[in-house]
Parts: sequence; structure tokens; C-alpha cells
Amino acid sequence: MTSIVKSTVNIRIPRCTERGDGERKVLGMTDRKIRIMVAKPGLDGHDRGARILSRFFRDSGFEVIYTGCHQTPEQIAASAVQEDVDVVGLSCLSGAHRYLFPRVVELLKERGADDITVIGGGVIPDQDFPMLLDAGIKAIFTPGATLESIAEWIRENVNV
Amino acid sequence: MYFDKETLEISSELRKKWEDEVKKAVARHPDRKERWSTVSDLEIKRIYGPEDLRNTDFQRDIGYPGQFPYLRGNQATGYRGRCWTFRMFAGMGSAQDTNARWHMLLKQGQTGLSTAFDFPTLMGYDTGDPHARGECGKCGVAIDTLEDFLQLVNGIPLDRITTSMTINPPASVLWAMYCAAAELKGVPLTRIGGTIQNDMLKEFIAQKTFMCPPEPSVKLISDTIEFGTKYVPRWNTISISGYHIREAGSTALQELAFTLRDGIEYVEDVIRRKGLDVDSFAPRLSFFFNSHIDFFEEICKMRAARRIWAKVMRDRFKAKDPRSWWMRFHTQTAGCSLTAQQPYNNVVRTAMEALAAVLGGTQSLHTNSLDEVWCLPTDHAVEIALRTQQIIAEETGVANTIDPLAGSYFVEALTNEMEEKAWEYIRKIDDMGGMVAAIEKGFPQMEIADAAYHFQHQIESGEKTMVGVNRYATDEAAEIPYLEIDDRIEKEQMERVEAVRRKRDGKALKKSLDDLRNACRKGDNVMPFCIEAVKSLATLQEICDVYREVYGEYTDPAMY
Repeated sequence: MTSIVKSTVNIRIPRCTERGDGERKVLGMTDRKIRIMVAKPGLDGHDRGARILSRFFRDSGFEVIYTGCHQTPEQIAASAVQEDVDVVGLSCLSGAHRYLFPRVVELLKERGADDITVIGGGVIPDQDFPMLLDAGIKAIFTPGATLESIAEWIRENVNV
Repeated sequence: MYFDKETLEISSELRKKWEDEVKKAVARHPDRKERWSTVSDLEIKRIYGPEDLRNTDFQRDIGYPGQFPYLRGNQATGYRGRCWTFRMFAGMGSAQDTNARWHMLLKQGQTGLSTAFDFPTLMGYDTGDPHARGECGKCGVAIDTLEDFLQLVNGIPLDRITTSMTINPPASVLWAMYCAAAELKGVPLTRIGGTIQNDMLKEFIAQKTFMCPPEPSVKLISDTIEFGTKYVPRWNTISISGYHIREAGSTALQELAFTLRDGIEYVEDVIRRKGLDVDSFAPRLSFFFNSHIDFFEEICKMRAARRIWAKVMRDRFKAKDPRSWWMRFHTQTAGCSLTAQQPYNNVVRTAMEALAAVLGGTQSLHTNSLDEVWCLPTDHAVEIALRTQQIIAEETGVANTIDPLAGSYFVEALTNEMEEKAWEYIRKIDDMGGMVAAIEKGFPQMEIADAAYHFQHQIESGEKTMVGVNRYATDEAAEIPYLEIDDRIEKEQMERVEAVRRKRDGKALKKSLDDLRNACRKGDNVMPFCIEAVKSLATLQEICDVYREVYGEYTDPAMY
């Protein structure tokens, strides 16, 4: 029996997909820098994007913690709590996002840290967007999303 | 001298006139941009002429194919005697799925096999390990035990088809499986041929599949080189790779320099650690380059690579066998040059990149499929990619004559420039104490990070163009077939491994792993013990855990 399923899908390039639920937070007025953890869940070694983003966030005035490759969701959730970050940005290009992204959200919830905004990016086909958004990923960035557009989304949506 | 004095004088005179014309023309119509550079941001002049080859010596620097310094190719007959190998990188889902794809490719005229493993296999984990969750079969084929491997090579004539395996930290284990499979099929080790990538330095530098720290990683590589030299003479025990360095964002020059410096490090280690004569193993060293979108830069990079390596082997290592001087390499078109947007444009990009690889004189080629930005390729997309090579080989006529761009002012000047700048990097790394020391300092990693960041800014500012991304973009959805790997495969694979575990002879298994552990501790060559372990049906991770236990684990230093 073969395990491969083929399907024809519309590959859209939405650049950023988020759920328009009208729950935009009122932005705080503090001067504190946004703390972001850029994380590479799973065994994927494609870290070019994650490293470029980390540097860009740092240059844009964020406080950045970059986990490096090969982090389990458990390690990511634990460090996110320990580092007291505002945002976790997950990057995955191996196709394992369907398991890894929701798992990070779930573990943060278990640790009582569901105030941390979790966003994700990588090679993610649009048929996976609904399940990721349902699982609590706040925004998904795909090829074509500029560095600035991602930083902008974070500034607009993350309360510090 | 490449040109005599008289020619240079005439050229200089004509050049002056041309420069005057240019000045006038530019005054009327300024150039479309001020600075022209390759995709790697190497500045390119408006024109090249004889004066750019002033210091070139025909005999010393150019010559003929099959002659030192092999700028024009290793083989005197070029592609006429033997075309490059059409070798498509393939692997997905289970061993059975991948075996089916391999048979399809062979039926379509592919001439060699190349294996993509999934991430757990690449990292030395079994499918059931917590680190592996969600990854099974996604980026390649899942192999946990010899039984999976036998399924993978089912119906493949191991004495006739050469197989390349992109595997690094657990290269010894997968190669041991190949050797064991050959033995079970009655094919002697002296008759199997293929390649294991087995290049850990570029993993620390760029690709990030690692397991043990650099020093023992290099030791394991030297073990495989020694074993191959003695018992598996047709096997390429390493494919020293620039591909991943480039994909991580390096320039063409960095790819060239770091790859060759990695090669130097391995040769030094085998000589020092194993005491082998350089000519006994150097002919089996192979290389692997990226063919990116900047046409001439790629061709010149490959030509320069051959010339540098010939000099390294003859002058630095005093190799005497001309086959030790040859740089033989595989090429893959650049995954990172493809775009998710307007994916059909990727067919065109891949064709250009493949053409550059052929004009650069590659021995073997993988052409990316149009959908590889999104997923593992579908059968149809792979077929187009394979046909691209066949069209280049059999319709375009570019394989009719050897190194057709030789003697071009531009091509020779750019080849020279890349060689000179690569030597600068090589010397710099020599001064740092070698590549392992440079990696420990983070030097190549940060050079690449800088280049990748610079390029991203060039794209976002519009300084460099990617069609469909920052120019000629559309909002239209592209409808392409998407190959999805079913999540069920993970459970099925775990069940298969469980079934194998149940039928193993526990005593034989324990003994084989104990023997391997002792060999690691004593510093013996691990290969014979590794072969015994896979034959006793030890899983990939059980063997890799022995390596981790003895040699320690390496984690990503997370530099950016």
C-alpha cells in the first residue's frame, strides 16, 4: 500500500494569513522592547529565513532570542516561558508544521502562557491554514512576505 | 603570455576609441543602473578584452582537457565519450514509495540513482523518537533498519546502477546497509558503485544536520574513506559539497572557497590519522556544486574549481597520480533560486542553470522540479526536469564540443578572478588553523549569514530582481499539483520498525552494538562493526546512539 496522497490545490501566495476575528488588542503604551523568540521546531535545518529574520528583528529594535535548529516543541515552550517572550515565531520548511506548530501552542497553554502570540512561516500550503489557525497560530507568513511586513504585523498585533 | 605585445597594443588603441564612444552614449542615455554585478554581487565590467588576460598563460592556465590544470575538463573526450549522469535526487514516504519512484525514473532514461532521506534518517533518529515526530517521510524516505533498506533497493541491480546517498552524520550506517544489501544479493563489495555525501564540515557550516562534534565527525569520515580505499574501490566515499553552503545564502565565491577548503581538511585528516598515501584515496574524492541563476558566474566557478583542486592536490599534497588531481563533481540546480510565486517559471530557471552546469563540465546532474519550492516533486514535475537534461544533452548541441566557452575574454577573466579570490579565503582559513578551527570560531557561518542578509535586502529594495517576486508579480493563484505525504505514514513506519525489533536475536544485536562501542572507544575503524550491527537488525538510532554516547553530541550554536 502506498502512503502518498496526491491532490491538486490552488497554491495561493497570501504572504500573510490571519484570522479576522476583530479581536485586535489595544496596544500598550510602554517603551519596552518586544521580545521575540525565533524558533526552529523539528529536525529541519533550513535556517536561512529564520536567521535573516532574527537579524532583521534585532536591527528593527526587537529583543531577539534565536533557538537554533532541532528544537522539540517541549524545548521551545519551556524556553519561551523562561525567557518571558511576547512572541514565538516558528519557522518550518520540512512539511512537519502540521504536527509541530499546534503542539507548541498546546504546550504553552499547558504552562499557562497562552498570552504569548505564536506565529509561523515557511513552506506551508494553504490547505493547512485553517487547521493551523484553529490550533491558535495567529498568523502564517509564506513566500513573498517581506521582512518589514512581518515586523509590522508584530508591532501592530503584539501587546507589550 | 596569452596575447602578444602587438595585439595588446592594438587592443589598447581600439579600446580607447570604444571608451570614448561609451562616454558619449552614456551622456545621452545613461545606463539602466549604475552598478552591474552577479547574483553574488561580484561586480562585472561592461566589457572584457585581451588586456584582462594579460597575466594569463595559455600553457599554465588553460591548455587542453585531460591535461593539468584540468581547467577544460578531466576527460580528453569530454561528453562525447560519456555524457554526464542524469541523476535525480528522489525519496519520499516509505522505502516502497521511493523504490517505485526510482523504477519510474530508470524507465524514463535516468542513468543513476540518488537518495533523499527524511529528516529523522538524516539526523540519526528512528521514526518513533520524540525528536522525529511529524517528520517521517516528509522530506525524503524513512529508513530505520536494513529491512527498509532492502525494500528501497528492491529490483535495483547493485552491480550496474550507481547510487548516491545524501546522508551525513549517519553516513557510515547507511553505507553499511548498502554493503550488507549487496552481500545479501550476492554482489561483491568490489563491484558496487555509488556515493555517500558524508561531508560533515558543510553541515556545521550550512546545512545543519549534525550529530557529533566536528572532530569525531571528521574521524568517522576518515574511517569510511579508509574502508572504501581498501574494500569498496568503486565507491565515492565523500561528496564534498558546496551545494548547501550556497543554499544557505553564500556567494558563489564562498561556495567555491569553503568547499575546496573542506576538501583540504579531509585529505589532511586521512593522511594524518590513517597514514594512507594520498594517491591511494584521492581519486575517489568527489565534489558537489550548486548551479545558481547567474549563468557565467556558475560556469567560471566550476572551471576555477577544477584548476584550484588540481593545484592543491599536486602542489600541496604532492599527489602523483593524475586521477588525484581531477575534481569530479555532481551539480544540482539551485533550489533557492526557485520561486513559490508563478511556479512554472521555475522550469525556465532550472533549464538555464542546468545549461550552466553542463558548460561548466559537470559529471552528473540533478535538475530541480518546478514544484520543489512547495513539496516533494510529483511524477509529472520530475519528468519535465529530467527531460530538461535530455533536451540539453541531445538537442541543443552544447555537448558536441568540449568547454566551448574557453578563450572568451570574460569567461577566462572571471574564472581567474574567482580562483584568486578563492585562494584568499583558503589562505585565511589556513591561517585560522584549518576549517574545523574556523567553524569553531563561526567564521564561515557568519560570512554566509552576512551574504544571505545582504541578498535579502537587495531583493526587498529591488536592487536585484526575482521575477514574480519583486517584479512582474501578480495576485493570481497558481494551480499546481501538490504531492502531499500522508501523516499516516509515520504510524505505519513505526509499526514496521516494531515488527523488526520483535524478530531480532537480542544476543547477537547486543554483541554487535557492544563491539561497535568498543571500536569507537579504541579509535578503530567503525565500518566493519557497523556492517555487523545493521546485519543484526540494529536500528539506525541504536547505532547512532553509540556514536553519541562515545563522541558526544553537537547542538546548533544558533548564530545569526
